[in-house]
Amino acid sequence: MTPAIELVDVHKAFGATPIIRGVNLAIEPGTRQALIGPNGAGKSTLFNLVTGKYPVSSGRIRLRGEDITGRRPYEINRRGLSRSFQVTNIFPRLSVFENVRCGVLWSLGYRYSFWHRADNAREVQARTEAVLEQLNLTGRRHVPAGVLSYAEQRALEIGITIAGGSDIVLLDEPTSGMSRSETEHVVQLIRQVTAGKTLLMVEHDMGVVFDLADRIAVLVYGEVIAHDAPERIRANPAVQEAYLGLPQGVA
Amino acid sequence: MSTPAPATARPLAVGRVARTGRLRAYAPWLAAAVVLVALPHVIRTPVAVPIMNQMGIAIVFALSYNMLLGQGGMLSFGHAVYFGLGGFIAAHALNLAGRDGLYLPVPLVPLVGGLGGLLCAVVFGSFSTMRAGTVFAMISLGVGELMAASSLIFDRFFGGEEGITTNRAKAPLLFGLSFTRDGEVYYLIAFWVLVAAAAMHAFSRTPIGRMANAVRDNPERAEFIGYSQRSVRYVSFCAAGLFAGVGGGLFAVNYEILTAENMGLTASGAVLLMAYIGGVGTFMGPVIGAVVFTFLQSMLSDYTGIWLLYLGVLFLATVLFVPTGLAGFLLLHAPAWRTRRLAGLIGPYLAAAAVALVAAAGVVGLLEMVHFVASAETTRVTKRLFWVSVAPRTLTPWLGFAALAVAGGLGLRWAAPRAAAAFAEANRPEPGR
Amino acid sequence: MLQIAFFSVLNGLVYGMLLFMLSSGLTLIFGMMGVLNFAHAGFYMLGAYFAYSLGLYLGFWPALVLAPLLAGVAGAAVERFGLRRVHRFGHVAELIFTFGVALLIEEAVALLWGRPAKTYEVPAVLDFTLFRAFGSSFPAYKAFMLLVAVAIFLFIVAILTRTRAGLIIQASLTHPGMVAMLGHNVPRVFMIVFGIGSALAGLAGVIAGPVLGTFPGMAQVLGSIVFVVVVIGGLGSLTGAFAASLLIGIVQTFAVALDVSVGDVLMALGTPASASAALHDVWKVTVAQVAPIMPFLLLIVVLMVRPTGLFGTRET
Repeated sequence: MTPAIELVDVHKAFGATPIIRGVNLAIEPGTRQALIGPNGAGKSTLFNLVTGKYPVSSGRIRLRGEDITGRRPYEINRRGLSRSFQVTNIFPRLSVFENVRCGVLWSLGYRYSFWHRADNAREVQARTEAVLEQLNLTGRRHVPAGVLSYAEQRALEIGITIAGGSDIVLLDEPTSGMSRSETEHVVQLIRQVTAGKTLLMVEHDMGVVFDLADRIAVLVYGEVIAHDAPERIRANPAVQEAYLGLPQGVA
Repeated sequence: MSTPAPATARPLAVGRVARTGRLRAYAPWLAAAVVLVALPHVIRTPVAVPIMNQMGIAIVFALSYNMLLGQGGMLSFGHAVYFGLGGFIAAHALNLAGRDGLYLPVPLVPLVGGLGGLLCAVVFGSFSTMRAGTVFAMISLGVGELMAASSLIFDRFFGGEEGITTNRAKAPLLFGLSFTRDGEVYYLIAFWVLVAAAAMHAFSRTPIGRMANAVRDNPERAEFIGYSQRSVRYVSFCAAGLFAGVGGGLFAVNYEILTAENMGLTASGAVLLMAYIGGVGTFMGPVIGAVVFTFLQSMLSDYTGIWLLYLGVLFLATVLFVPTGLAGFLLLHAPAWRTRRLAGLIGPYLAAAAVALVAAAGVVGLLEMVHFVASAETTRVTKRLFWVSVAPRTLTPWLGFAALAVAGGLGLRWAAPRAAAAFAEANRPEPGR
Repeated sequence: MLQIAFFSVLNGLVYGMLLFMLSSGLTLIFGMMGVLNFAHAGFYMLGAYFAYSLGLYLGFWPALVLAPLLAGVAGAAVERFGLRRVHRFGHVAELIFTFGVALLIEEAVALLWGRPAKTYEVPAVLDFTLFRAFGSSFPAYKAFMLLVAVAIFLFIVAILTRTRAGLIIQASLTHPGMVAMLGHNVPRVFMIVFGIGSALAGLAGVIAGPVLGTFPGMAQVLGSIVFVVVVIGGLGSLTGAFAASLLIGIVQTFAVALDVSVGDVLMALGTPASASAALHDVWKVTVAQVAPIMPFLLLIVVLMVRPTGLFGTRET
């Protein structure tokens, strides 16, 4: 089966500093996978490479078999891949409703249209409402996104990402900075919105990782040292040494 | 998660809201049309109509500028290029109509101007919109200076130093309507102001208009939801150029002359001032700014030679203290208006306004006297200032105005915090909500 | 021909070094604070006017020292009471603010000194011919201008590379946040740099006023060119500002001296100019007429091809 995302011998250096040192990774479609690793391993950099924010120094990246190396972010997004950001990256002066609606517009074919009224486009409005429901933000729809609470903004961040209906979703530390209960809500949300899609997420919260992920990839110093099912990753001595710590018995 | 409302209940509610919503949406435009038609009958002073014509043109120009600055986050120092070029093209077209029989009645001339502005924006925008921010501002400055300098080279199109003149009386008639008198031109301008404003407002509600706001707020994020920030900016830029060209066409019809100055940095700076003083964050802001600016420009220049200095001070004061502009300042009071707590603001605001006026009178007096002394008018001894004759070369008026300024300033230090406190009080969320 | 070449190079050098005096201040301010100071040429104008007025009472040489200081103080005041407040609204707001300051300076100058040009003249002691060559003379005052500009250049280089303050400034040029973390009072450094940049502009005004004219529009005339220089050279790069200043100074001076038309050039290249009326305007344009536009054409081309400028590393 063609992998949803495939990285082939990808290298990335910033100036003289190599960050990604030859990553080979294939993400199977329809799976939920997590990318874990110590700080500075290059997880966000890998996301930025796949989504087109940074160009690779060498290697190839494929989306459903199509080579997308060097393409601009919007070109990649139009091919069905969207991502969220670790540092909340929303449209602060637009309302919550409008934030989500912007995520919907391209996918429903509105492009650069100046001959439609966005308010009257029924499918756009319906889809936006549906996403707002899932985010539990329907009551906050007219609030400017910049004044939302942190957890609400993180939820909106995910909402904008999935609003367009891309079937490959990349989430960058979706639960960072959240309390226990907020994390549980977000995990529920993620499970709901990525049903039947391909998910790759960067996470530090091991509870979330083992809860959601079908497979886990471990990135250390720019190299993938393991890519396997959660139990085998947990038991992998190299992973334990590099990241998880010594085994303390069964969780 | 809350349970969604039954699907059947929604369409009915939406339908009813839509009908009343549509009425509410169209009402302001109908009201504006009524006001525009009635205005020359209400204000009957002879000088009013030319000034209102000037305001109308400024409104269109300022609204088109706000498509760039307020809607798109693009600061341009060269927007007058599209206004001017649209005007030149319209003037040439009108001349062709008069001389060579091109069927172009006067009411359609602004449309020609708009197409001209659009064409130029398509050409210049192809490289201007590659980047945003400071680089965009610098390119716009470069294009503006380029066109201003080119005007001396391309004599035939720009008419050299005298510019291009045209005559609306020579054009073919449409439905027998002629536009020879200022009063008749007023209705033409009013019509086009309404049409252009409605079109620009509608543009802001289209998908591209919404994405322009998104790209303004977060261009990087916009790319990750499928939009090329560069393409969004380009479309905004072309639309803004089109409406600036409409303004230029109106200018050509109204004044029947275009010069290179209409394209230059002064005109570009003026529209920036207009839009910013009025408030770039709202649709009505530039309208207010255009009206205020034109009013000050035409009225003040009769009374004082340093009106541009006052405008500069007003502009800087807006940037420093009221960056949301006049419209933004008014909007700040919307929550208090809704909860009907504006009454408590009247007293403190009046007090602050009164002392501010005293301070302003003092400062204005001092500045006017400086102007009088510095402009070396040795033949005159007295100057009429605030309906009083003062002798600026004596000490008394200086002390008087300085006292006013100081008193007003001290009064402001007392009154301003009280006004701010009253504002905070009016906006305090009610207990139990 | 040799006369044109020789004097164009000399005059171009003088003009270029003058542009560098202006653009160095602008580059320092931009490099450190990210603000493209629209009002920079306004301080140039203030320097010229201060020197004119001070010169009437104190003579040229005291004015040469005092006027730039006054301009510097004015600049520091603008930063302290104005720019600092606007800083948090972003770069666009800062640019709008400095535009307003530029307008205010121009109107204030017109208010205080009037609109007609001032007879700010070359001081008698420098008003002689330095040498004659190829039939034309080179005034000593221009050599003086060149001397001052080169001295300023060496002074800037020395301060930046050999003093502690200079190292801090250099560091702030590329890593302002880090410098703040290291405990330096960055707002105060900003104010001082803004003041020094304005003083440099003022000094340029003091020495250029007699040659380029002292009138309220003088800021606008030179302001745009200085922007072009700074952007072409590379925002935040002093080397770039230096290179671009000389480049534009010499190219523009050469272009003004050449009285050949575009049509002549085309014919020399072998492509005959057509006689069609519409393009007639284009063909009869002389290089001298195109000279004022050339910096802006260059600006647009450079910004399209290399938005960071020739030597720069930052875009905004």
